[in-house]
Amino acid sequence: MSHAATKTQSATATAQWEPNIVAFLCNWCSYAGADLAGMSRFAYPANIRIVRVPCSGRVDPMFVLKSFERGADMVLVSGCHPGDCHYTSGNYHARRKLQAFRELLGFLGIDPQRFRMSWVSAAEGAKWSSVVTGVTEEARKLGPFKHYPSYGGNGDGTTCRKSSE
Amino acid sequence: MATLTIDGRQAEAEEGQTLLAVAKTLGIDIPTLCYHRAVAPVGACRVCVVEVTGGGRPGLVPACAYPALDGLVVETDTEAVRESRRMTLELLLARAPNAEVIREMAARFGAEELPLERGDDRCIRCGLCLRICREIIGPASTCFAGRGVQREVSTPYKLLSDVCIGCGACAYVCPTGCIDPAEFCSHPLEKIPNEFNCGYDSRTPIHIPFPQAVPNKPLIDRENCIHFKTGGCGACKTICPAGAIDYEMVDEFVDEKVGAIIVATGYEILDPSVYEEYGYGRYPDVVTSLEFERMVSASGPTDGALRRPSTGLPPKSVVFLQCIGSREEKTPGKPYCSKICCMYTAKHAILYKHKVHDGQAFIFYMDIRSGGKNYEEFVRRVVKEKVATYLRGRVSKVYPRGGKLIVQGADTLSGGQVEIAAEMVVLAAALQPSSGVRELAQKLRIGYDQHGFLSEAHPKLKPVETNTAGVFLAGCAHSPKDIPDSVAQASAAASKALGLITHDRLTREPTIGIVNIQTCNGCFECEGVCAYGAIGPREIRDRRGNLVATIAHINEGLCQGCGACSVTCRSKSIEVQGFRDDQLFAEINAISSGNGRGQ
Repeated sequence: MSHAATKTQSATATAQWEPNIVAFLCNWCSYAGADLAGMSRFAYPANIRIVRVPCSGRVDPMFVLKSFERGADMVLVSGCHPGDCHYTSGNYHARRKLQAFRELLGFLGIDPQRFRMSWVSAAEGAKWSSVVTGVTEEARKLGPFKHYPSYGGNGDGTTCRKSSE
Repeated sequence: MATLTIDGRQAEAEEGQTLLAVAKTLGIDIPTLCYHRAVAPVGACRVCVVEVTGGGRPGLVPACAYPALDGLVVETDTEAVRESRRMTLELLLARAPNAEVIREMAARFGAEELPLERGDDRCIRCGLCLRICREIIGPASTCFAGRGVQREVSTPYKLLSDVCIGCGACAYVCPTGCIDPAEFCSHPLEKIPNEFNCGYDSRTPIHIPFPQAVPNKPLIDRENCIHFKTGGCGACKTICPAGAIDYEMVDEFVDEKVGAIIVATGYEILDPSVYEEYGYGRYPDVVTSLEFERMVSASGPTDGALRRPSTGLPPKSVVFLQCIGSREEKTPGKPYCSKICCMYTAKHAILYKHKVHDGQAFIFYMDIRSGGKNYEEFVRRVVKEKVATYLRGRVSKVYPRGGKLIVQGADTLSGGQVEIAAEMVVLAAALQPSSGVRELAQKLRIGYDQHGFLSEAHPKLKPVETNTAGVFLAGCAHSPKDIPDSVAQASAAASKALGLITHDRLTREPTIGIVNIQTCNGCFECEGVCAYGAIGPREIRDRRGNLVATIAHINEGLCQGCGACSVTCRSKSIEVQGFRDDQLFAEINAISSGNGRGQ
């Protein structure tokens, strides 16, 4: 009985599970592109949560790790197209740093597929919409992010110790 | 210095000046034909005669060649002078009755046609062409041939000249405009197409690019200039009375420090030859709207007379095709509306009817987009007054048949196919940003869209600003727009630029980096990633002035707040105001947990 109940419960939980995606968008291109997507009424999944940063070069790898730690299923970093950085070279710094960091994610036990980068300009509202749609599809395929499942989860897909609020 | 009297007025003359030059300083008009200030006067035509009445030997003298001697008393408008000029012009008129300048001058002095055998050319044998070639240009490729009535301008032995450089100075100075250098030159003279008139006429290597050019001054096209190609000629330098020609000048880079930049790089027209069905580039009577605009312009290559490029006759029917490349999702088309074509096509239809009263105009359109003050009324007028027949539909093919162009298209309102035999087809091709605008945008660090149109900072609230402070947009560099819109945006950009630079202090965003002087250890990793050179050393000293540490310091005026240094700093000693680590982590914590999910 209890076994069956648990099963039903978990089935409901899976049915209700929606991927949670944290996105770091540079202020000048991708954030403006997302703004334009809204203004142009392009629809995209509501699973994405946006953190505005001045430049993709401002994204510290620790931000990505913190997002996973706190329960994000996928992390997206989006900046200006290479060559078009508002700050000349910030997206080049981001690209190098975060690609190297991506290689290390597997070492930390995180599927590198859960970390994505994209280039979306301020004029590409439609592209932003398709990027989010694609990333959300990917997140659904990968399923909930369960880090160290043997330790049990926090019930919300997060597994790590809650840091003191 | 000599003092003389001309028409009762005292004048000072310098050594070597002629009567003509002195009269000019007094504002006295003396007619001339064979005179040009660049070459030595010979007094050949004798229309410049004036009467010496005192101070020298009395009589008629040519003003262009007679020296301004001290004490001379000269009259320029006596009975004898008028009679002499009338007789001269009667003879010239008999020789060159077709020369407009001679006819005008003859009418002015009352010269009548004499019962003499009429000449049939426009040459008055003044020899100015020969003199400029010999004295100024140098090769002396032309000469007089024959004697008496057989005298004519020719080349030595009447052979085409090998030494002629084709400079055209002879044609330029000829008072009656009868010289064609191609008749003397043994090698073909290249015509330089006039870019401003879309190549429908030619220009000289030294030219003013277009009538309203700012500054309205000539420039030398080095690739075609004979002086730059061969080292010869130099006619313009010799002739220029202001001495403004300097062949030593070269293009140079000028560094200017400015407080604001307005980007107004304009547009180009999509080359319609990519659409082979319209035959642009293959059939001369298929032209773009810009070419049509030049053809009907009063300052254009035909002085406003509309002519078919193939036959030179006015076209009796013209078909205008709108949306060539505009509103087309597939490449090479452009998905956007070029905005100005509906209006200028309606205007062209009206201009066409002004030029060709019995002509027929047809306009193929997709939709008529005539938003704007009085625009819809204008288009309605073209429709109502039957200036043009509007056909809603597209054209599938244009091909020549029997000296005309057959335009095959669909009329979607009647639901049928139409075939029009046109004498001219005008394509309203799409606007696109100027080539090279992407490189410029990258230099200025401003955004652009997939077509190359420059991006405004906000589509509604900041339509003239860009994301880079101090850079503003105006005109078609931003998006296709018509003249009133471009002027409005340019005015807005100018006021924004003034607003920026008229303050004593610069207002700017406070979101810049700050160094924590307690934890910075002076590794200067941050200095390497700063794109603005905003990070430099700062010396920390104790009270006695001893150097304690050298740490990083951020120049507040230079820092743009990108945060690259903040991420690079290993001791986390740099924070960007407004985007501090603790602020971002708080944000991440809030949205990463399950509570933020869309359930």
